[in-house]
Amino acid sequence: MIELDRITFAYPGAKPLFQDFSWQVNRGEAWAVLGTSGCGKSTLLYLLAGLRFVQSGQLRIDGSPLTRPRPQTGLIIQDYGLLPWATVRQNVELGLRVRNFYGPDGTHAPRGYKPSLEVEPWLERLGLSSVVSQYPGQISGGQRQRTAIARTLALQPDLMLMDEPFSSLDAPTREGLQRLMLELWAEQALTMVIVTHSIEEAAVLGQRILLLGKSPNQTAQIIDNPGATADHFRESETYSRMCRLLRERLEET
Amino acid sequence: MKRRNLLLAGVSLLVLWYLLAMLVNRPILPTPMAVLIALWHELTRGNLLAHFMASFWRVIASTLLAVLTAAPAGLMLGQSKWLNDLFSPVIYLLYPIPKVVLVPIVLLFFGVGDLPKVIIIFLILFFQILVLVRDSAAGLRPELIQSVRSLGAGRRALFRYVYLPASLPAVLTALRQSVGTAVAVLYVAELFATQRGLGYYIYLNGSTLFNYPAMYGGVLMMSLLGLGLYFGVDLLERRLCPWKLAA
Repeated sequence: MIELDRITFAYPGAKPLFQDFSWQVNRGEAWAVLGTSGCGKSTLLYLLAGLRFVQSGQLRIDGSPLTRPRPQTGLIIQDYGLLPWATVRQNVELGLRVRNFYGPDGTHAPRGYKPSLEVEPWLERLGLSSVVSQYPGQISGGQRQRTAIARTLALQPDLMLMDEPFSSLDAPTREGLQRLMLELWAEQALTMVIVTHSIEEAAVLGQRILLLGKSPNQTAQIIDNPGATADHFRESETYSRMCRLLRERLEET
Repeated sequence: MKRRNLLLAGVSLLVLWYLLAMLVNRPILPTPMAVLIALWHELTRGNLLAHFMASFWRVIASTLLAVLTAAPAGLMLGQSKWLNDLFSPVIYLLYPIPKVVLVPIVLLFFGVGDLPKVIIIFLILFFQILVLVRDSAAGLRPELIQSVRSLGAGRRALFRYVYLPASLPAVLTALRQSVGTAVAVLYVAELFATQRGLGYYIYLNGSTLFNYPAMYGGVLMMSLLGLGLYFGVDLLERRLCPWKLAA
């Protein structure tokens, strides 16, 4: 579904973060991108989101080169990106409002899109029914991130990109949301790419893990972790071993 | 603020005024009762209401004009680093000039009538709104913009769903900050080249007719104008920005 073909990317005046870098993601996979800060993992996600562009090589999603944000891609960021002046319901409706605003033009909304503002099932699924008329400033961090997730899912994406989505949450909330994401991933047949600096999070959410190191990243270091999405994986011996392995590999890079 | 406390403060000020008037005991400081009677008289049989409406209209017209020009200009400057770099030195120099010193110049150029008064107040409000809207648009976090763009929003939808609602509180804050100055400068502007407006009315009764109770009535009406505008902005803010109260 995602193909990076010998891409190069650098910020102006800095040395490249990626050079001749190739990587592939198949439909329905759950990926974690793990690395220390400054390794380019957020940049990679922004490239996939169509918010930044490669300088050479090709980045294709579903076979076509990415030139702008793709309507079927959802992006979740660390600080939620919610509108402070809109209620939870209005925030969840935002993506649909944007689509209704443009109509099914194929660039802002998929062709064949039928205008709707139906968010009720998502509010319910994400446990937000009791706070629909509150503002982001009034609810907890976990509820804010649920709002951002509901807003994205209301657009029925097939690709979900997440940039450190749970880093600023406390541990129980974080684990709850990680479980919820895995449920939604299975339920909605999503392709998921989550960027994180947390070894534990990568081990729990990534069936496959892409390790990024010092720039420039030239080859994709991939670690398979097929058990990740199973129930109670967190308590298993495989999980502990995976965390140890990731820690070692992270220190080497 | 509680309504009861406001009422209490108002009554206290009236009592203080009354005591001062008793103490001074000269025509230049009539009692509140004398002023209220004169005010009623001037409103119903005199032409104070017409003067009030003239001043009111000038403020409202210039406010609308300032919001309609300064808010879009501020949004543009706030979104474009290039435009802002170009204009910010000019704004930096013009913004702190007390616009009241421009009154004689504007009067020279635009002569008698409403236009010069409207222009003066417009100038005061324009820069205040421009600067606050610009800063609020520039202060929107890039993450917020990116995340709304990822929902499919292009330039137009960003404007409609992000920049426009984000600039609303800035407009109201700017109005709240400068509405007092605007009324003060209106008073000064109405001393010249006009025979309509509260400034003219106050000056005429105080310095030519020596009708002090009527003059005080004019001062009260001018205060009410400032107070009313301030309350109006408050009301708009509560209507249009409910999230600010909730936070």
